[in-house]
Amino acid sequence: MRKLNGDNTFKVILGIIAASAAIILIVNAYVLISGSTTAIGKFGFDFFAGKSWNPVTQTFGVLPYVLGTLITAGIALLIGVPLSLGIAIFLVEMSPKAVRVPFSYLVELLAAVPSVIYGLWGLFVLRFWVLDFVEKPLHAYLGWIPIFSGAPFGLDFFTAGIILSIMIIPTVASVTREVISAVPSTIREAAYSIGATKWEVIRHWVLSYGRSGIFGAVILGLGRAVGETMAVTMVIGNAIGPNAMPTSLFQPGQTLPSLIANGFFDSQTALESAAYIGAGLVLLIISLIINILAHVMVTRVLKVKGGAVE
Amino acid sequence: MVALIPLLSILYEVITRGAPVLNLHFLTANGLQGGIGHAIQGSFILIGLTSLIGIPIGILSGVYLSEFGNNKYATWMRTINDIITEFPSIIVGITAYIIVVIGLVGSFSPFAGAIALSFILIPIVARTTEESMKLVPNSVREASMALGIHRWRTIISIVVPSAKGGLVTGTLLAIARIAGETAPILLTVLGSSFFFQGFNSPMDALPLRIFLDSRQPSAEIQASAWGASLVLILIVLALNIGVRLASRGRGLFSKR
Repeated sequence: MRKLNGDNTFKVILGIIAASAAIILIVNAYVLISGSTTAIGKFGFDFFAGKSWNPVTQTFGVLPYVLGTLITAGIALLIGVPLSLGIAIFLVEMSPKAVRVPFSYLVELLAAVPSVIYGLWGLFVLRFWVLDFVEKPLHAYLGWIPIFSGAPFGLDFFTAGIILSIMIIPTVASVTREVISAVPSTIREAAYSIGATKWEVIRHWVLSYGRSGIFGAVILGLGRAVGETMAVTMVIGNAIGPNAMPTSLFQPGQTLPSLIANGFFDSQTALESAAYIGAGLVLLIISLIINILAHVMVTRVLKVKGGAVE
Repeated sequence: MVALIPLLSILYEVITRGAPVLNLHFLTANGLQGGIGHAIQGSFILIGLTSLIGIPIGILSGVYLSEFGNNKYATWMRTINDIITEFPSIIVGITAYIIVVIGLVGSFSPFAGAIALSFILIPIVARTTEESMKLVPNSVREASMALGIHRWRTIISIVVPSAKGGLVTGTLLAIARIAGETAPILLTVLGSSFFFQGFNSPMDALPLRIFLDSRQPSAEIQASAWGASLVLILIVLALNIGVRLASRGRGLFSKR
């Protein structure tokens, strides 16, 4: 028994350290909950459904910012997911090895660029591309549709969504790539053997086999888009008060993270800081739900792979 | 290929707009003299402190998950670890602000920034540690234990050294990631124009300087944001490319 003691102590110590992840989660949740009770307690349900965020009257509701967060993330998915799927399919199914290695390497570099540099680029470069080549034409010809109304300015939901769509590409593409490579080759061979073309194999077999995992990858991308702070803060225009309620894509807006990054230190009263912390809590809850969902879906598919290999 | 346009455009803009402002004065002077020396210093202090806190905890958690990871407790911890890896970074900023800036220290502090960043670093390092240790074949562990070596000794002296390459790679990539994080340090070290002034005053860091400069109307200050971006992107890309090249070299070796 004596000999085992060293091992057991070692295991217990490591086990305690391994709890750090849970501790981080609990500490964050606890601090945000306890810090925001005054605000949520005062406004109750109106904190989540209220449209007004007004430091003058001291009323706070996060609804416009939740919507802003979801809208930008939605645009990001609409543009980013098809691109990422294309990249993943290209890398796994079509590209010769000489292309695959440098290409996937470059896509990963896209993930390495710090978000504040995306923001800087968005603010001084992308903004004008979007304004001149996308927003002005759309506004001129389709301005009668409400979401394209409003004077295009370049710092708005739409630009923020485009920046996010670029930023989620590495996440979505790399997870999708793993999922697609996890599709057993027997499935591909069976499909080819009954005479399916390459396109049909990808479309009907590979994609539907990995459906759940690809969906998980998309949700993971959504999680990234929802939590992204700096790049969004720098390009979304930072509307505040009643203007923040989204009515058009071409209008300055605000998301939960950008609201916090902009306003946290300007808060004048304890209630106002508590409201910002409450906004953080809402963001935490949204991101937890998204990440748990993604985790469940991705592991389900990758587990299948484990089984097949054995 | 469309996906690469942003990458190329970012690199192009950062280099063409950042390079003209780079000179020795810019890299060494403090904010009042129009330089970013203080921000570079601040970034390195933050990275150092964060590594000091985060890397040991991250690696040890990863070792546990890999070596003793076959039980319910470890499965839970692994899941939680995966989930908090994708945490919105601003949230850890708020938390560190409340705990350290308001609670422990009572003012903006590099220490608060390091706490916030290690919340981000720990799960990433734990994850990569676990993965690289799992690559060490079981026969290595069994051989060592067959010689009568204790399990803890086996792990420390045999398994961890075998996985060293992966550990270094993962850790460096995690450092590259936190070097560019802005939101958490915005709320915890605030930014300043001076060199490091002690653990109870605000500090500056490269990503922070980029963000704050980009909001100034003056073209000169905006140019300094581009200069700071160039320095930051060089640090981050150097870490990434260096790591990739090194690990590719190792891959060739192991094929022998």
